[in-house]
Amino acid sequence: MEKVIQGKAYVLGKNIDTDQIIPAEHLVYSLSNPDEVKLYGKYALSGVPPEQGGLPVGNIPFIQEGSFESDFTIIIGGPNFGCGSSREHAPFALKVAGIKAIIAESYARIFYRNSVDGGFVIPYETSEHLNQLINTGDDLKIDVESNTLENLTSKVTYTLNPLGDVFSIIEAGGIFAYARQENLMAQR
Amino acid sequence: MAQTITQKILSKAANRTFVDAGESVWLNVDILLTHDVCGPPTFDIFKEEFGSEAKVWDPKKIVVLPDHYIFTANEHAHRNIDLLRQFAQEQGLENYYDVGTDRYKGVCHVALAEEGFNLPGTVLFGTDSHTCTSGAFGMFGSGIGNTDAAFILGTGKLWEKVPESMKFTFDGPMPEYLTAKDLILQILGDITTDGATYRAMEFDGEAIFSLPMEERMTLTNMAIEAGGMNGIIAADEVTERYVRAKSSKPYELFISDPDAKYHSKYSYDVRKLEPVVAQPHSPDNRATVRSVQGTKITKSYIGSCTGGKLTDFVMAAKILKGQKVAVTTNIVPATVKVALDLECERYDGQTLKQIFEDAGCSIALPSCAACLGGPADTVGRSVDNDVVVSTTNRNFPGRMGSKHAGVYLASPLTAAASAITGKLTDPRDFL
Repeated sequence: MEKVIQGKAYVLGKNIDTDQIIPAEHLVYSLSNPDEVKLYGKYALSGVPPEQGGLPVGNIPFIQEGSFESDFTIIIGGPNFGCGSSREHAPFALKVAGIKAIIAESYARIFYRNSVDGGFVIPYETSEHLNQLINTGDDLKIDVESNTLENLTSKVTYTLNPLGDVFSIIEAGGIFAYARQENLMAQR
Repeated sequence: MAQTITQKILSKAANRTFVDAGESVWLNVDILLTHDVCGPPTFDIFKEEFGSEAKVWDPKKIVVLPDHYIFTANEHAHRNIDLLRQFAQEQGLENYYDVGTDRYKGVCHVALAEEGFNLPGTVLFGTDSHTCTSGAFGMFGSGIGNTDAAFILGTGKLWEKVPESMKFTFDGPMPEYLTAKDLILQILGDITTDGATYRAMEFDGEAIFSLPMEERMTLTNMAIEAGGMNGIIAADEVTERYVRAKSSKPYELFISDPDAKYHSKYSYDVRKLEPVVAQPHSPDNRATVRSVQGTKITKSYIGSCTGGKLTDFVMAAKILKGQKVAVTTNIVPATVKVALDLECERYDGQTLKQIFEDAGCSIALPSCAACLGGPADTVGRSVDNDVVVSTTNRNFPGRMGSKHAGVYLASPLTAAASAITGKLTDPRDFL
């Protein structure tokens, strides 16, 4: 896995549920056929009401019209990120759009499990209200080994909560890769 | 060591005598549930990880109930049903309920109960967040994603962190105007949408045990709306009577020890509670119906795993008998069985179906339908600036279709009373 994650921030509010991350009408596309997979990038975060996307100003599109990938790399959220349905399409869509990490105050359980076990995005937690301290478009740098977040735009560094036991699953690339690495299941 | 009912069930599934809240344990899974939205990607991951010729761990323990996008012209949705059918054939899954046949059931959480898959003391995982519904049967039920489900398909096991439990006790006899939906919306307003994250929500008290199974299912169904891992109600004679009528399989009854440890305890006297709604755009945005009475609505929707069971329609019929609706009112039975029951079950001399038709409601075919918006041609889907009063479970922006619409979550009594006036209306005005 990458030791440093660097890129632009996309800031969101609290309770970003899975219907906002990927609206239910788009759940019909295949998650394995490449032509259909890219549609998950196109529609990622398309359920967020426009004025609540790209805080603090709002009305900043996550995906440019006609594009399948986002210019943003790290999502900054508030409490209860990923609440709602069990759809694994949600962290999958964010990954397809180019998101590598989310930093939020807390996560809903199923979204958190899906992000980790599917190896899609790293779900960092922090006790700071980062979505009120960071602006959409700020250049951010996460140091994975030291659990720090540096805002290169404002020159402020924050501490992220350690990932704990799930770090090894994330490092392996998901639950199946981890299970093989730990000899919990047969090698391919 | 004292344990809660959730701990006891997980102890059994982990082949242990005691599990402590906070420890991660490997569980033997009794039933894995999936449907048309999450089944196909789950099967893809299973084949990718275990091999294209791999066999599932136990074909009898996998239940596949297509229910989300059934009555639509969307070709991708049809393709996903084909993928379910193909996998069920390859693997010999006897519990596959195919669309377009007389085996089709409808909404999975209600069908699981009707078909006798809910057994006290067992462990159910499902690729749907409302899998917690089955906790009404004194069992553990929880939602998971595709990757975790694929892991279960191959191994029959899953790791889970044993949850702390929160206890919600409802004392007193249930007043006629109050429903399980009002109780869970009351709780949500108190603890908010992440108030039970990673925890078990245990329901107890005289009012709870006076409820029929369908109403108990409404309570456990919405545990996920507070972030709960599971919702649970100990099985009693009502549960046993329901289960025995559906299944001859063995089951085991568990109850919480009196000295079990809880994260927190909440007590309510149902005689002091009122009909409530969750206002847009969050299930915890509670208000008494009286305080928002008169708010204009454009649609009323009675359906889903939460509010599309026979008991929900009996309640709605009580209000709608002899009345006319003022706004589009969609009646969406959760399952084929519920739809058939609408034609037989009578209230005050008329079948529920007649009551709804006479009132001017439209009755749709059983599926998840517009609870989660769905493809553009889904019946009841919200459009533009719709204001919907709905017996469903979620009202985040865009949940029922249009992200400019507002959804008020309510009981079937409130949804029916509001349909008649075209405004949010306390059901006591019609009872």
